[in-house]
Amino acid sequence: MWQLLQIELYKIFRKPRTYIAFGATASLIVLLQFGLKVDGQEYADFMLQSLGNFDVQGKLLNGYMVCYIILQLMLVHVPLLVTLIAADMISGEANVGTLRLVLSKPYSRASIILSKFFATCIYTLLLLIWVAILALFVSILIFGTSDLFLMKSQYIVLIKQDDVFWRYCFAFGFAFIALVTVASVGFFLSSFAENSIGPIVTTMSIIILFTVLGTLNLPVFNAINPYLFTTHMVTWKEFFDEKVNANNEAISGTIQNLPSILHSLLILCTYIVVLISATIFIMKRKDILS
Amino acid sequence: MKFYLKILLLFITVHSSLFSFSQDVTGLVNKVKAKLDKVNDYTATGVLKTDVAFIKAPVSKVIIYYKKPNYFRLKKNGGISILPKGGISVNMGSIIGTDNFTALDAGDAIVNKIKTKVVKLLPNDDNSNVVLSTLYIDESNFLVYKAVTTTRENGTYELTMQYGKYADYGLPDKVQFSFNAKDYKLPKGLTLDFDENTSTDEMNKLKNKKGKVEIDYTSYTINKGVDDAVFK
Repeated sequence: MWQLLQIELYKIFRKPRTYIAFGATASLIVLLQFGLKVDGQEYADFMLQSLGNFDVQGKLLNGYMVCYIILQLMLVHVPLLVTLIAADMISGEANVGTLRLVLSKPYSRASIILSKFFATCIYTLLLLIWVAILALFVSILIFGTSDLFLMKSQYIVLIKQDDVFWRYCFAFGFAFIALVTVASVGFFLSSFAENSIGPIVTTMSIIILFTVLGTLNLPVFNAINPYLFTTHMVTWKEFFDEKVNANNEAISGTIQNLPSILHSLLILCTYIVVLISATIFIMKRKDILS
Repeated sequence: MKFYLKILLLFITVHSSLFSFSQDVTGLVNKVKAKLDKVNDYTATGVLKTDVAFIKAPVSKVIIYYKKPNYFRLKKNGGISILPKGGISVNMGSIIGTDNFTALDAGDAIVNKIKTKVVKLLPNDDNSNVVLSTLYIDESNFLVYKAVTTTRENGTYELTMQYGKYADYGLPDKVQFSFNAKDYKLPKGLTLDFDENTSTDEMNKLKNKKGKVEIDYTSYTINKGVDDAVFK
């Protein structure tokens, strides 16, 4: 299995398209950081207008805040980049005519499919680490650290700076599961196709469609929203909300809605298990002609 | 003729008694002011508690700087603080920092089990930001235990003070600052929180509540000088 995984990783990182995601995320993050460094204060002032009778003093636009802004914007787009690799894993081999050769190796089809899936997971993890380095650590280097001040649509959360880093660790961990879910969708669709364009475009379309359905917030779609994986992909934000005590004082080290995070994790993991099992099932029965 | 004389006498009596009341409370306010005038500047450490329905903020350590006549700055070491605009700087120094006011006796009241004289302060300056202040003054120690101040720009604030070892300087150990917090709502497009599902009950809890900010002073360094740069 380890040998298979190494081969799959070699295949992934030999393709130039693998590096598109790293380049795209880097340029987007650097652009955002540049924009916030130059005009960040105006952005902050604009946000603070809605606070009316309150003065906010301190370093509002710090590395933690910048990272949060970047993640909010990027975690909608990074799944699309993961799709480029995940949806190509099986169909790409079929397209170039090597799938039959690969499956003729003295390994079970399940092992080969799982090694491809784990290789995709490792790629996703590396991409996420890349995003974490650029969005969090580089932002801290450029903007410094301070408390994290978050303006939600109904309330404001102020998290002490020594209480922020662990939240990011867990948020990135959660984002990894979310991205693996996307990879699973692409991987599953990849098992049906003979070329990679179809599953890549279909996976992207599903992500866009589900995201739009979730954003519309119309009663007719509200019934299905809890079952869409895109609804649960953004639950990482729950790590950045604190509980308060009877005196309305925020309690450091707490998470406001841990059950919601666990529920989302359960849904996402269910997606992963079902889709990967279905992929193995299909591939085991599939008559490989290419 | 006798009737008019009686009216005149009554008018003189009422006017003089009112004038003497006014003189009494003006004297009382001046005594409080004289006590506060002993402090030219201070640097204090304290703990800040924010209790506003739509703000989740932890209790945090702060440093407070004051310098005559009216400079006030609260700093959270390396952190962010959310304070009512222009409000927390409304301290006793800023309320009775000027001689240009009219003081009126408004009776007696009990604040925190302490008998106080209620004094209404009307600034004589038409352009003053403070429209009216009501002070609850302990006549024996010349300490203000409560102040309700209405300002032109930032509404009405209520300050409640508790005194301890710095009472000789008129400096409180604890200040509780109450104000009317307006509703807060930000478009989801701005926060990018499209997924946020706060229940109606929770939303109602966040509305129409009085806001409170409390500072527990742990220590004061008085009249040792404060750099002007702190207030910039």
